[in-house]
Order: sequence, then structure tokens, then C-alpha cells
Amino acid sequence: MKVLVAVKQVASLDEDFEIRADGKDVEADFLLRDLNEWDDYSLEEAVKIREAATTPVEVVAVCIGPDDADEALRKCLAKGADRAIRVWDDAMLGSDSIAIARVIAAVARREQPGLLFAGVQSADHAFASTGIAVAAFLDWPHAAVITQLAYTPGAAHAVVRRELEGGVLHEMRIDCPAVLTIQLGINTPRYASLRSIKQAAAKPIEVLAHADLGIADSEVGEGGSLSRVRRMYVPEKGRAQMIEGSIEEQAARLAQLIEERAGGAA
Amino acid sequence: MSGILIIAEQRRGELRPATLEMVSAAQSARRSAGERVAVALLADEPQRLIPGVSVAGVDEIVTVQTAARDFDPDALEAAVGALIEARRPALVLVPHSIDSFGYAAALAAKGNYGFATDVFRIGYEGDALLATRGGYGQKVNVEVDFPGRAVVVLAMRGNMFKPPEGRATPAVSHFAAPPARARVTGLEFIEPTASDDIDMTSAEFILAIGRGIGEQANVARFQELARALGAVLGCSRPIADAGWLPKSRQIGQSGKTASACKLYVAMGISGAIQHLAGMKHVSTIVAVNADAGASIFSIATYGIVADIFEIADALRAHFPH
Repeated sequence: MKVLVAVKQVASLDEDFEIRADGKDVEADFLLRDLNEWDDYSLEEAVKIREAATTPVEVVAVCIGPDDADEALRKCLAKGADRAIRVWDDAMLGSDSIAIARVIAAVARREQPGLLFAGVQSADHAFASTGIAVAAFLDWPHAAVITQLAYTPGAAHAVVRRELEGGVLHEMRIDCPAVLTIQLGINTPRYASLRSIKQAAAKPIEVLAHADLGIADSEVGEGGSLSRVRRMYVPEKGRAQMIEGSIEEQAARLAQLIEERAGGAA
Repeated sequence: MSGILIIAEQRRGELRPATLEMVSAAQSARRSAGERVAVALLADEPQRLIPGVSVAGVDEIVTVQTAARDFDPDALEAAVGALIEARRPALVLVPHSIDSFGYAAALAAKGNYGFATDVFRIGYEGDALLATRGGYGQKVNVEVDFPGRAVVVLAMRGNMFKPPEGRATPAVSHFAAPPARARVTGLEFIEPTASDDIDMTSAEFILAIGRGIGEQANVARFQELARALGAVLGCSRPIADAGWLPKSRQIGQSGKTASACKLYVAMGISGAIQHLAGMKHVSTIVAVNADAGASIFSIATYGIVADIFEIADALRAHFPH
């Protein structure tokens, strides 16, 4: 049995950054890359299933992205993934989360996992849609925002708890194979040891193009997407009035604000 | 093709507040005064929800009876998909909520509808529908369009539109939901355990801590500071997930909303959108963070860029008891 874990190499912005000349994204030089925080939890959940299993379980990490996304996959290998697959080619530029999901679904058709995990959302663009769109393309049952999972490899269904607004949990039984989007806090992701990081560096990463998966050109990139970025811009500065000065001056102003606004309480 | 279809959200038979916010969002998205706004009520007893959406700005209410009372992603996807195909609205609004996380992307992918999530503004340029959302941790705005899509589904961010105030008597029609496969079955709802006797929703002054406190050993310092200030200590998700404070202290989308709060001092909280959802309405927010680029400064009233421990110590000295 396999667990396929879809991961993303997310980007955060450097303190100073510039928008690209075409106005549709930030200049790549100003992007800091890392494995998406949510994906750290889904990988851990998959590794936990393997560790608890009495039958063989393989954890396969898949990432859609260019060369530098190998870094995210190396991290997954170091933390316990058995195998890593990366899919990319230039035709996939401009893909939205739905086009990305189509490619992940094609990988799932090839790998035939018993469960497919994705993060609830990505830290950079937070679409919260890729995993559930993968389920649509596979026509698999799906559940989002999972903070608890009970599953035995090979079982016909799993019992999950999804975390609702306000912290209420909703327990559901879901037929397998299924797609689950994993929420922060479902487990405590492990740190990779130096030894495993070294070993991961030597492991192969299988690299595929969309055509290798039988996906037509028109199904990736902008053409295969349900939305298109038209413009990216820096919003007007927020309204915070900055309190400047030394630590003592800043703290004195904060103390004054507390006296004024919460004086009765203090 | 025209018209706006709102998919109301209910949980355990109660309408969720996001529903009425979408009515106002729909008003902002109407292309002409004549464009009709319909609200679909999907529930086991949808007629019970009619009064709740009989508000100004709604022209029609469509009741859709579902087999199960509780959220079933397949049932929702099938019913909403069939409704869209029957009516072909130009725009479909759903809330950007935990329930919609569970089915909206599948609905859009299967129907090939234009699709964007966490949208906080809708506009047009010529005939092109434009949706605005955040990017890179809300540090940029991203405008997306939907070339060639006759139907566009948008998941709308909460707390961006004020619910309408006036009442109305919209026409009511019924729509028969297609049968859905029973692949996902709701078993039970579990209320968060009251691990603590504190009710964050009634606290008027909250001192909230986040990842910036670094390690568990530092929690006690801020507990003591909160006591001296007369504040209730709250936290962002990572602190509760790590078990450093009980879940009942967590402010945000999956935690508590700081409903009664008048003063919110956030220390070492970068300001993930899920945290902001629980506190950005507070009238006075003071954010203390070492990172001048932290998102929380974009919604705070006052900002202090400094080491939170130094500020905490200096602040403590002002409250001698």
C-alpha cells in the first residue's frame, strides 16, 4: 500500500522586493523558498502510518515545480519519504491550483495509493483548493482540514476528524482510496537527522514532464487553469501607526495605551 | 447568462453568518440594477432557513433538500453542480470556509467553472470579471480573471462585507437535488474540550503570544505579564498546537474570536490570515514584532518593531503590582 503526499515548494517574500516587469508576480530573486508548512504535517502523518503498519507501506512524495523544488523533496526524503517524484516543464508555467491538481491526479493514477494527502493550503497563496481538486479529477472521496486520522493500511475506510471554525470537530467515515487535506497540529513533525539529510541528498528524484503522464498541452498552464493572474501589486500600506524610539520609550507608550484603553482592568 | 447565485452555509441546521455577508458581496458584484441575486438553501429542512435569508438584496430563495443534515461534500457538490447547470448563473458565491474547502474546488474542477478562493473584492474591467485576493502571506494583492468562463465560482473571505440590514420577501422556489453517492458519512460533532475555565470571547483586554516567544519556558513570563497588566493571555495556533497553552486560549479561525475585546496586544505574532480572522475587528490592536515586514502590522492600530522580551520587561516595570 502506498501513501502519496503532494507537497509544494512555497515562496515567501524578502523584506524588500520588486514586482516583475510584466506585473504578474514578484521577481524570483526576492523569493525565499521552503517546504510548505502544512506539507510537513501531511508527510509526518504518512510516515506514522508506515511506522504503525504491520504490512509494507511506501510513502511517495510528489511535487509540481521547477528544479529548485527538489529542495522540498529532499526535505521529505530526509524526514522519511521512500521515494520522490517531481513533475515540471515550461508548458506548466501559469498553471493555477486546478491545473496543478490535474497533474498530481495523473501521478496518483500511476502510483495507485490507498490514501493521498495534501496540505490544507499553501503558506504563500493559500488557495486551499489543490487537494480537493485532485480528488475531483480522480473521482475519489475527499475530506478537508483533517486534524485526526484513524486508518489501517488496506482498510475499506478511514475515520477522520475535520476541524471546523471555532475548534469544533466533525468526525466522518470516508471510503478509501481517498484524498485528505491535512491541517496543522494533526501531529508533531519530526526533525531530520544529519544522517538522514545526507542520505536524502544521495537518493534519486524521478523527474517527469506532463506529457509523460499522458496530459495534453492544453490541460496545463494558463489554458488548463480556471483562473489567470492579471496583476500583482503591493496594497496601500496598512494603518498601523508605528511607535518609534528606544525600548523604554516604546514600552512607556504601550503602558500609556493600556492605561487609557484598559485602565479599569489593570 | 446572468444572475448571481449564493450558496448559503448552514451547520447543524443554523445559518452561518458568512451567508449574509455574501448577499452584500453580491450587491457589490452586480453588473446592473436588474441583475438578480438568488440564495440557495441546502439542508435537510431548508424551509426553516428561509426567514434568515429574507433580507434586502435577495430576489429569490431556492430551497434544495438534502438527504443528510450534516455536511456531506459529495451531496453538496452534486446539488450545487446540478443547480448551476440548470440556471447557468454568471457568478456563484460560496464562503471561503472549512465546508467550502471540502467541496468547492471539486465543484469547479468538474464543472470547468472559473474559480478563485479567499476573494475579498469583485470588480469588472469591461466585460472581464476580476477577483482580488492576497498573495505571499497577504503582502501583495493579486487580481485574477477568468477568460472564456461563462460561470465563475468565487469563495469569499469572511468579515469583508457587512450583512444587509433591511428585510425583504423574496420569491421562494424549489430545486430537486440529484442523488449523491454515500462515500463520506458524518458521524458526530465534538465540541472543543474546556481545558481551562477562561472564556476568550468575553475578555476585554487580551495579551496574545505567538511563535516569537521561542520556547515553552518563556510562556510563564508572559503569563505573569498578563496578570500584572490585567489582561487575559491568549495565543496564536503554533502555541496551542505545541501544547504550551490550552486550545481554549487560541484566537483565530479554528480557535476563539475575540468578540468582546477592546484592546489586543499581540507579541511575537506574525499575523497569519487565520489568526487575523479572530481579532482584526478589535478597535485597538498593538502589535509587537521584531520583523518589520510582519503581516500583523497591516491590520494593527499601533505597531512596535522591537524584541518582544525587551518590550515585555520594560512594560512590566510600569505595572509594579
